[in-house]
Amino acid sequence: MTGEGRRTSAYWRRARRLTLWLTALWLIATFCTIFFARELHRVVLFGWPLSFYMAAQGILLIYVCIVGAYAWRMHRLDRAHGDHER
Amino acid sequence: MNDKAFFRRLCRYYGLYTLGFILFLGAVAILEHEGFPRVWIGYVFLFTTIVIYAGIGVLSRTSDVTEYYVAGRRVPGIFNGMATAADWISAASFISVAGSLFLWGFDGLAYLIGWSGGFCLVALFIAPFLRKFGQYTIPDYLAARYGGADGGKLVRLAAVAATVVVSFTYVVAQIYGVGLITSRFTGLDFSVGIFLGLASILVCSFLGGMRAVTWTQVAQYIIILIAFLTPVTWLSIKHAHNPLPQLAYGPAIERIAAQERQFVVDPKEREVRAIFRQRAQDLEESIDGLPLSWESGRAEIQNNLEALKLGSAPLLDVRQTARELSAYPKDADEARRVWSSERDRNLARAEPPVPQALPFPGATKEASDIKRNNFLALVFCLMLGTAALPHILVRYYTTPGVPQTRSSVFWTLFFIMLLYITIPALAVLVKYDIYSALVGSSFSHLPDWVSYWAGIDKAHPLISITDVNLDGIVQLSEISMDVDMVVLATPEIAGLPYVISGLIAAGGLAAALSTADGLLLTISNALSHDIYFKTVDPGASQQKRVTISKLLLLMVALLAGYVASLKPGDILSLVGAAFSLAASALFPALALGAMWKRANRQGAIAGIAGGFLMCAYYMVRTHPTLGGSADALWFHIAPISAAVFGVPAGMAALIVVSLLTPPPDGRAQALVDYLRAP
Repeated sequence: MTGEGRRTSAYWRRARRLTLWLTALWLIATFCTIFFARELHRVVLFGWPLSFYMAAQGILLIYVCIVGAYAWRMHRLDRAHGDHER
Repeated sequence: MNDKAFFRRLCRYYGLYTLGFILFLGAVAILEHEGFPRVWIGYVFLFTTIVIYAGIGVLSRTSDVTEYYVAGRRVPGIFNGMATAADWISAASFISVAGSLFLWGFDGLAYLIGWSGGFCLVALFIAPFLRKFGQYTIPDYLAARYGGADGGKLVRLAAVAATVVVSFTYVVAQIYGVGLITSRFTGLDFSVGIFLGLASILVCSFLGGMRAVTWTQVAQYIIILIAFLTPVTWLSIKHAHNPLPQLAYGPAIERIAAQERQFVVDPKEREVRAIFRQRAQDLEESIDGLPLSWESGRAEIQNNLEALKLGSAPLLDVRQTARELSAYPKDADEARRVWSSERDRNLARAEPPVPQALPFPGATKEASDIKRNNFLALVFCLMLGTAALPHILVRYYTTPGVPQTRSSVFWTLFFIMLLYITIPALAVLVKYDIYSALVGSSFSHLPDWVSYWAGIDKAHPLISITDVNLDGIVQLSEISMDVDMVVLATPEIAGLPYVISGLIAAGGLAAALSTADGLLLTISNALSHDIYFKTVDPGASQQKRVTISKLLLLMVALLAGYVASLKPGDILSLVGAAFSLAASALFPALALGAMWKRANRQGAIAGIAGGFLMCAYYMVRTHPTLGGSADALWFHIAPISAAVFGVPAGMAALIVVSLLTPPPDGRAQALVDYLRAP
């Protein structure tokens, strides 16, 4: 019983660490894009004002990557811990 | 394997469906070429799509509880993602966001960021735990997690109340959108349009519940995407010679910016803006001179009318003056209100154009900072609201398992992103088209779409172009456009065939209908499952539960249709209110449910009530239509972002009250352990 509790909590600790990292990435990306938009506006890349590009496209792609990374890592974590049980 | 065969069958069905839809488009295009009248094209699109949705509803009819509430829990991740994306893409996303980007430039991007970033929170904090829990509704989850002495009844009721208030506000906005689109494209009356749309929603959700809604939403997503991408791709090829608008519109931003700098200094543009400023000043003087100015103004019109009647003036002039008199404010108080809003409108039009790509334009550093803070606040509210909207979250109950739910959130965001990165492209390219084709053209050669769209609603014209400085040439400052018309009029602005207009209308309709479907189902399920089955009559048979749910669905739908037919507010502000309320009331309890074991029943109740009350208080205090005043703002935060105060209040209430009361009982702790296990 205690053995299972410890294994579950190892799983949960790793899941929680992943969640924390991705949340931090999400927060920093969102905040920086918006807060420093005026400064980024002066940078032009391939004809795009960087602030507009980030807010209209870049940040959305980052979000998709965050959710994708979570699904992928958690799937691997599930497999690693699921195998122990069987 | 059975699952794989099911998946392959779905792919085949929807592949054929997409092909069929494209062939249908081609057929209508040929009909138009052969001289098929425009009104009929509108009808063809309206009725064909509604029949498709109703047909899917009939095919998926069911009265099994698990099928009705959660589509039998066998929707593959990618299809659930598509259905959730359609559920998510509302009339506001489809119609209003591009329009607000067009009118307000960078500031409009807050909606795109907020509505997509929220899915990170859904993925990380809520959806997997909901699926692991595996019941039917959001109040189910909260009641089990925060169940205590009363078996979670109080938490359940609070969650149901929040769900119903939020979803109802949101569904009214969707049905309003349905009425708007059907009445524009078929010439039917607004309320007839509403009830046509309702009929299609009802056939679908009434017969098959979540199962029918899911398969219809997948079909609707395909139409939404085709409808939005086709005109934008066309515009992109026309202006940038590149069939990928998402990549091509960058350089157009630069050209628009150059034109905007030109508009700021152009003498003709300045002349028009000066006229608007003069009008605002005249109104200001009249307001200062109240009530005397009101009397003299009325006397002047009366004298004019008398003089016209005595002399042999043409009947048209007499009628015009008589209309002026009847529209004149009834008393000094009304005059103050009417003239003030008119003054503000004129002042707004006296401003030079807002640069498209410039973030937070403001006269001073402070004004710009206030805009930045409001942008951040709005993004915050929309994200947390997204993560707390019950009609989205219940969709994650419908997959076969937790891993499928995780991948399903990814697919949801992916499909939403496909549309969202195209929305700014549409706004920029349409703007480019208007700057280069309409501005500077002659008033005697205005394109047809201008008079068509101006004539739809005479009282509040969607577009008005008047020769303010009487030079016979269109200046940018002489054009005033409504947020909601930009997307719907795009095909005509770009000179595309009318079949594309019909397609856009079908897409907007699909967006509004799919969201309304999900919302109505969520409301009626909360009432039938959580109130009736869990609280009033726990012994009810399966048959009875589904029947009750269907009856409630009918009642809620009719009520929402009735409220929408009263035409309340504009779509975006209604939806904004729903988001702030959802975030404040539900987000703290939902997010901390799995993440913080110590959260208990008392804390959850305090959190839901505290967040909701704080948010409602700030809205009532500051929203002009609710009787508040803009002077009461805190840190200059607009009322739409009330959740900036509501969420911290709810969070703090939840944490403080939980810590002051005993920890949750063994069952709640065991549930959290179960949720956290692989």
